[in-house]
Amino acid sequence: MTENWAFVAIFALLSLSIPLIALGMSWALRPKRPGAIKQSTYECGLETVGETWVQFKVQYYLFALIFVLFDVETIFLYPWAVAYGKLGLFALGEMFVFLGILAVGLIYAWRKGALEWV
Amino acid sequence: MSAEVLLFYVVGALLLLSAGAMIRSNDPVHAALWMVGNFLLTAVLYLVLQAPFIAAVQVIVYAGAIMVLFLFVVMLLGAQPMTRSEPIAGHRATAVFGLVALVALLSVAVARAPAAGRMPPPLTGDFGSPEAIGQALFTDWVLPFEWVSLMLLVALIGAVMIARFGSQSEDPEETSG
Repeated sequence: MTENWAFVAIFALLSLSIPLIALGMSWALRPKRPGAIKQSTYECGLETVGETWVQFKVQYYLFALIFVLFDVETIFLYPWAVAYGKLGLFALGEMFVFLGILAVGLIYAWRKGALEWV
Repeated sequence: MSAEVLLFYVVGALLLLSAGAMIRSNDPVHAALWMVGNFLLTAVLYLVLQAPFIAAVQVIVYAGAIMVLFLFVVMLLGAQPMTRSEPIAGHRATAVFGLVALVALLSVAVARAPAAGRMPPPLTGDFGSPEAIGQALFTDWVLPFEWVSLMLLVALIGAVMIARFGSQSEDPEETSG
């Protein structure tokens, strides 16, 4: 089993190293001549007004909460999908019941306008 | 030294480094990113301990959901890069006290741990594998499994209710858009 996870590690290292190599090479090869105009936010166009850190409306927290709930649901999909071959139709039905109950919640949140972009 | 022990030391060192970088970051978003790295490395430790399902949960729940909550808090508070001031009087002293207490507790735990020879034998077979958990979940624990979905539903409706309750005074037609 450990050997299988070694493949995951190899893929993780590869996917980490490719962007690092690309960015690192362009950083190493490019000429570095910074100037006032180069470092401005927009070379042409209006300067931005105010801070880039803005406070978001607290209602957006609801999106995070709903996401967390469906994220927890995903955890149960994982062992179900792995063991599915041995479990058969009963597990399929059970998972549909599970998803159905959660879909009710999603429909409720939707109907209540919780997913509106306020 | 076996490969697993070597992996443990390498991952443990990286864990300490990422935790230190998280604490040292002035920018809360950078700190959150270091924390993601910390969570992912912890998942590797779970894999070393032959607990792939816990590792998956660690990645999905901690690196996924918990981190989204952290980033939302950063976003909602409009967090600026932090200064090294001490906003709450005595919080450094409290942190030092907490560190000492934690080290003391861990030392007691390590000192009282059974010797290597008297450890319980490692679990055999595929105990704790996602497949074994899936089989147990859909044979012996079907009813609790469905209760979980009901509990999640209650949590979802509760979240929507509380969030709406807070904005009752505003007219939704006017604030939209």
